[in-house]
Amino acid sequence: MTKWLEENTPKLVLAPSFVAILVFVYGFIAWTAWVSLTRSRLLPKYEIKGFIQYERLFDSPRWDTAFSNLFVFGFLFIAIAMILGLVLAILLDQNIRTEGAIRTIYLYPMALSMIVTGTAWKWILNPGLGLEALVRGWGFPDFTFDWLVNPDMAIYTIVIAAIWQSSGFVMALFLAGLRSVDQEIIKAAQVDGIPTWRVYTAIIIPSMAPIFLSAFIVLSHLAIKSFDLVIALTGGGPGYATDLPATYMYAMAFSRGDIGQAASSAMIMMMVVFAIVVPYLYSELRSKNG
Amino acid sequence: MKSYLMGAISGIAVVAATAAIAEPQAEVLHYWTSGGEAKSVAVLQEEFAANGGTWTDMPVAGGGGDAAMTALRARVLSGNAPTAVQLKGPAIQEWYEEGVLADISAVAEANGWADVLPDSIAGHMKCEGTWCAAPVNVHRVDWIWANAEVLKSNGIAMPTSWDEFNAAATKLQAAGIIPLAHGGQAWQDATVFEAVALGILGPDGFRKAFVDLDEATLTSDAMVAVFDQMRTMRGFVDPNFSGRDWNLATAMVMNGEAAFQIMGDWAKGEFMAAGKVPGKDFLCASTPGDGFLYNVDSFAMFDVDGDDKKAGQALLAKLVVGKNFQKVFNLNKGSIPARTDVPLDEFDSCALLSASDMAASSDNGSLLPSYAHGMALRGAQAGAITDVVTAHFNSDMSSADAVKQLAQAVANSM
Repeated sequence: MTKWLEENTPKLVLAPSFVAILVFVYGFIAWTAWVSLTRSRLLPKYEIKGFIQYERLFDSPRWDTAFSNLFVFGFLFIAIAMILGLVLAILLDQNIRTEGAIRTIYLYPMALSMIVTGTAWKWILNPGLGLEALVRGWGFPDFTFDWLVNPDMAIYTIVIAAIWQSSGFVMALFLAGLRSVDQEIIKAAQVDGIPTWRVYTAIIIPSMAPIFLSAFIVLSHLAIKSFDLVIALTGGGPGYATDLPATYMYAMAFSRGDIGQAASSAMIMMMVVFAIVVPYLYSELRSKNG
Repeated sequence: MKSYLMGAISGIAVVAATAAIAEPQAEVLHYWTSGGEAKSVAVLQEEFAANGGTWTDMPVAGGGGDAAMTALRARVLSGNAPTAVQLKGPAIQEWYEEGVLADISAVAEANGWADVLPDSIAGHMKCEGTWCAAPVNVHRVDWIWANAEVLKSNGIAMPTSWDEFNAAATKLQAAGIIPLAHGGQAWQDATVFEAVALGILGPDGFRKAFVDLDEATLTSDAMVAVFDQMRTMRGFVDPNFSGRDWNLATAMVMNGEAAFQIMGDWAKGEFMAAGKVPGKDFLCASTPGDGFLYNVDSFAMFDVDGDDKKAGQALLAKLVVGKNFQKVFNLNKGSIPARTDVPLDEFDSCALLSASDMAASSDNGSLLPSYAHGMALRGAQAGAITDVVTAHFNSDMSSADAVKQLAQAVANSM
């Protein structure tokens, strides 16, 4: 009996959460997939009608905008936040005196919710209230910074606000990575007279590959599920110029009573996530087993 | 003796139980949660309690009713629908098709609703001939509001055609005043759009386009002209309009920064709250053109079990369409009563204009549902049209392209 318990306690303890995840994550993914193949409107229906919702989705100019915004936003956000985070981390790594204070300041935006970030940036970027009005008030009447109200540029304001929010966090990740590099190797390189920038590019950064990967995974899921930032900053506007798949899905499911359409957009979003996460999981699992 | 006592006690228990059954119960799901609206609902609650009913309030704030609809969906799917739900327009029919609405024809017939409600509004309250909802108020959507002082000092009269509006706006712009206060949110773009469409297409064209979704009308030259006018209007708003809330746009008219605003009569509430007097400080008129676009709030009655709940439902329906509630509620909310026989002595001049226009347009068939406020079309179709309208207004899309996209979007939303 005791032996049986010893062997099976871990399984017993894990079983409830295993079942919960099975039902509430995978179960509902399957449910959404099912609904995305139906003509569900206000309430879900279960009669399968084929890929009509996906055809509607890819015929919709609004979804086109939302989907391409995801790539513009995702690429710029991830790339700039990682570069900025790395640069900040390297600068902080120079044994400066006030490191603790500066690190805290850069990390603070992470403590704010996206809604607060979005609202604050909405005011900062509003041409009549914020930056543009301020600089014009200083005596530059031709200064124009109207990205927030310009449908072609508005998506970049979301990139700016998201980078402001997250680059401090990326910096903290990288800083931890920089500190974990074996000091002996660095000292050896310094003894050999190798310039500092070469130490970084040839030794430290390559040895931080796992950190890059985790930062990338964290940032990319932030990008794909971005919703509150858009709602607070632009509300999807001007027009629907800053719609993202998540806001599109919300509008279809909750404002328009078009659940089938919402489900199909959710499935596409999930496929994008899988396209990023599956290769990562594969490489992780392979390196562990091998 | 003992058995006699027991009999007496059980007799009392039976009496008490019947009394409990007869007591009307109503659970009401609504999203009137902001100051003035909450006050308006409280009036109904008090009246309900005064008639011996027990009111269970279920306010769900957020998302302009989206959150309330999500709550409703969950309740209906779990087989436990509320007694009455704040619903409007085609959404009532949509829920009826799910087979969850109740029949309140008995109350409607006993109180003669058919005689006191305008036909087109009564049409929304019926599901295949039986009454299933009770109207609360009528908001007019096609209003144009103006700052009286600004118009006077620039020698401008309230415009009666869109050409006059354009001429007035050009003149105001030259004088350094923002002609049109507008907030760049999709529903506000749609509100302006439908006012323009009503003026240019006329009531019949509007009905064909936004009620019947007639493709020929949606792609007609008149529709191109509607989008052309929208492009002209885009030039009359200030560069900073994106994302602005409607009440901030109303404030711009109030303080003279802007001259006009096109918005439903909830804007009047903002003027009134700031102590402005209609006719003196601000002017109200219907937007250029004939017709009347209404946005009617109503309570849809859901199928419930139990005599107490059914009694509550009947009582609620009777009170909602009752003269007293229709008067008090609409005085609070800035709209006008849905029934046409309520004395309007205490209403302001804009409400009186709205009521007389409603009666006139009901007679000549130009009393039309607002598409922008979910009265004319179901969510998917209305949303598809709004997407095109707001994309056109906020970019340099040509009117011809917009019309083409409009027809495609409507077809795609089916």
